[in-house]
Amino acid sequence: MDDFLAARLQMAFSLGFHIVFACIGMVMPFFMTVAHFYWLKTKKIVYRDITKAWSKGVAIFFATGAVSGTVLSFELGLLWPKFMEHAGPIFGMPFSLEGTAFFIEAIALGFYLYGWNKINPWFHWATGVVVGISGLASGILVVAANAWMNSPAGFDYIDGQYLNIDPVKAMFNEAWFSQSLHMCVAAFVSTGFAVAGVHALMILKGKNIQFHSKAFKIAAVFATVAACLQPISGDISAKDVAKRQPEKLAAMEAHFHTERNAPLIIGGIPDTAARKVDYAIKIPGLLSFMATGDFNGEVKGLDQVPKDEQPPVAVTHYAFQIMVGLGMAMVLLAILYFVALWKKKQWLNSNWLLKLFVVATPLGFIALEAGWTVTEVGRQPWIIRGVMRTADAVTPMPGIAYSFYLFTAVYISLSIIVSLLLYRQISMVGKLYDSTSDQSKSFL
Amino acid sequence: MIYVVIVFLWTAILLYILLGGADFGAGIIELMTAKTNKAKTRKTMYKAIGPIWEANHMWLIIAIVILFVGFPKIYTTISVYLHIPLVCMLLGIIARGTAFVFRNYDAVKDDMQKIYTPIFVYSSLITPFFLGIIAASSVSGQIDPEAGDFLSAYVFSWLNWFSIAVGIFTVSICGFLATIFIIGQTDNNGDRQHFIGKATRTIFIVMFCGALVFLAAHIEHIPLATWIFGDTPGLIAIIAASISLVIMIYALKRNKPILLRLLAGFQVTMILFAATYTHFPDIVLLKNGNNLSLLTHQGQFKTIESLGYALLIGSLFILPALVYLIYIFQKRKEEPAGH
Ligand code: HDD
Ligand code: HEM
Ligand code: HEM
Repeated sequence: MDDFLAARLQMAFSLGFHIVFACIGMVMPFFMTVAHFYWLKTKKIVYRDITKAWSKGVAIFFATGAVSGTVLSFELGLLWPKFMEHAGPIFGMPFSLEGTAFFIEAIALGFYLYGWNKINPWFHWATGVVVGISGLASGILVVAANAWMNSPAGFDYIDGQYLNIDPVKAMFNEAWFSQSLHMCVAAFVSTGFAVAGVHALMILKGKNIQFHSKAFKIAAVFATVAACLQPISGDISAKDVAKRQPEKLAAMEAHFHTERNAPLIIGGIPDTAARKVDYAIKIPGLLSFMATGDFNGEVKGLDQVPKDEQPPVAVTHYAFQIMVGLGMAMVLLAILYFVALWKKKQWLNSNWLLKLFVVATPLGFIALEAGWTVTEVGRQPWIIRGVMRTADAVTPMPGIAYSFYLFTAVYISLSIIVSLLLYRQISMVGKLYDSTSDQSKSFL
Repeated sequence: MIYVVIVFLWTAILLYILLGGADFGAGIIELMTAKTNKAKTRKTMYKAIGPIWEANHMWLIIAIVILFVGFPKIYTTISVYLHIPLVCMLLGIIARGTAFVFRNYDAVKDDMQKIYTPIFVYSSLITPFFLGIIAASSVSGQIDPEAGDFLSAYVFSWLNWFSIAVGIFTVSICGFLATIFIIGQTDNNGDRQHFIGKATRTIFIVMFCGALVFLAAHIEHIPLATWIFGDTPGLIAIIAASISLVIMIYALKRNKPILLRLLAGFQVTMILFAATYTHFPDIVLLKNGNNLSLLTHQGQFKTIESLGYALLIGSLFILPALVYLIYIFQKRKEEPAGH
């Protein structure tokens, strides 16, 4: 494998791995503190059990997120030294603030995990809230750094020199808001559906019903509300991309020719050589409307972009379709759930709704990975859009392919172990946490 | 502002060595402990380390972020030429962090523990070993930006006796910090005597490894002795460290755990000070003599300024919280750790 490809794949795998843990570590504390709040308010043991069970999950995910994040902070230099040499001082501001946020998170987590029965109960609860808020803050900050790569700001690029650096301007680049917003909502969607799905499965299996239904409800409410917000935030993102990276939007939509009243292309097989999309559904004017707010607005096509600056169309297009498709599927499920909550209470106890949630377990994370593929591949061939090419940023060290194999093996084994661990946590719920079932009496 | 940033960088490295080092040392000690005492060592250790474990780890990240934001050329030079030991250290960090959590949070305690524990203890050994190699290689002058072939650019930059000796020395320091730390965590006299005996032996091991470093430096023609004894502050630091070692032996006999910890921390601080002071502001010495300096290779003015403010404001939040965290869990150490 060529070194450049290996470096890109290693970066993509590392980030793709990290983001799963980061999102869970970011969102689970909110679920946990909601359960904890009910425990403190109602004194129903089941809520304390859920809180404790979830906090174990948070600990596992936090630690895995932390080590994979540490690896990333080195990998940026190990794989992309030329990029970091110039970009570090410019987009470093969010990273240094992120350091603070992580630190607070780690300290708060120390209080939270080890503070049961040792500190004031509400202070204890508040440390859990701090874990969630600082996790969210770090998510926002790190995405602001990524946004800078899409929409570089805060410096002047003159004759190959990076002058007049302004880290604060760099942090508040054009893309930071839409990307961070979309990312945070995505974290709630993906974690919410994953957690809800697992508890739904346990209810269907008839295990520790009371415990799992309470847990399911907390996760499902977060997931479904976020799912409905996601298309709105996605629309903001799309308008933003149309303005700042028209070539990315064109690749997402496989939109080869600049035109007014441009159709929205759904599905299909893009044919880059012939510059057309076969077998696609086209909705006239909708793309123009989505990108510009006017059915007759002009949408730039790939024909406006020099050949050697065009992003790969097929990958970007498919990834975008997957993200939006799954996003819409989750909105439908969310609507069914709201109907069940408000109008048709009997649905809540019916198996089919729970089964749908079980099916939806991985959808959020698939959409999340697809979404990142859109942003990252759609930015190619640039690592800093319009300023530095990815190929010019890669490390001069040969043999990166081996490092790629090595890290891939590590990530695969870690994923297996973490899955095993979670499986065990969940199958032990009856014994360890659920005081409402009989086996657990000895534990009280 | 640049000095604020440098102080933070130095402090982050120091705290990582002290807190992270004691943490790595816990694994090393577990490896070196006879079977019968293993469980006891482990329990005593983790009661203390559990709550601050995540935070220890953060010092490394802070140091890295300071490097790549404030001193990008230094960060990228190290990343390129010390790629291989960095990857080894990263693998150690991954293995160790995850194994620690897995063995503490696995809901079923069964044969999987037999997998986690060796991973944990061996990675506790590997990580500081490579950390030492990386630190030593950055000052051993073997990094050669003009090297033409793979071996001299990416392997001999770090593979030499001096770096290996410093790697071993770092491991011994970690073991030393952990044994000293653990004395204060024991709850009965028998255990205490056991760990005091261990600490005394570790002190000799550290001194032996330190001698190895000088020997290796001699073999590699690195003027280590002149660096350290050549200028007054370095010399004073080493003398202070030696004196405190004598006090330490007294404290060991008299069983004064807090004094012991302070002294151990002091000694490591002095060693780091002596090792870094001689080169300051240079931090990476290159074969061609174009050394990388914290003062000439810093980022632009605004970058350093905002980095400095970010660090100052950050520490306003972090330090009190961290101190409170350690305080609460030290005060309550008689209770079992919360699981
Ligand atoms: C649960 C995950 C999820 C779901 C359901 C959606 N997205 Fe998304 N999307 C992401 C997860 C995501 C992401 C992984 O979080 C990305 C990558 C980078 C980012 O900031 O968000 C992203 C990026 C992203 C971008 C590129 C932004 C950029 O490059 O700045 C656009 C235009 C959209 N999304 C649009 C949508 C639309 C119209 C959706 C309609 C339902 C949608 N997304 C659902
Ligand atoms: C702060 C967030 C991120 C930063 C700073 C970042 C940075 C980078 C860098 C430096 C590269 C290599 C150059 C390139 O191909 O563009 C890259 C590639 C890539 N990253 Fe990201 N990334 C981030 C988030 C993510 C996440 C969370 C994913 C998760 C799936 C991801 C997926 C990818 C993919 C798929 C590639 C390869 C693109 C290709 O094949 O060309 N990125 N990213
Ligand atoms: C280039 C990209 C990235 C780098 C260098 C990076 C770096 C790190 C580091 C060093 C940690 C460990 C902190 C600790 O010990 O607590 C971490 C954890 C974390 N990262 Fe990343 N990260 C990157 C991408 C992302 C992205 C795209 C997200 C998206 C939301 C994210 C969100 C988080 C969160 C929330 C944590 C806290 C750990 C947890 O709660 O599980 N990071 N990251």
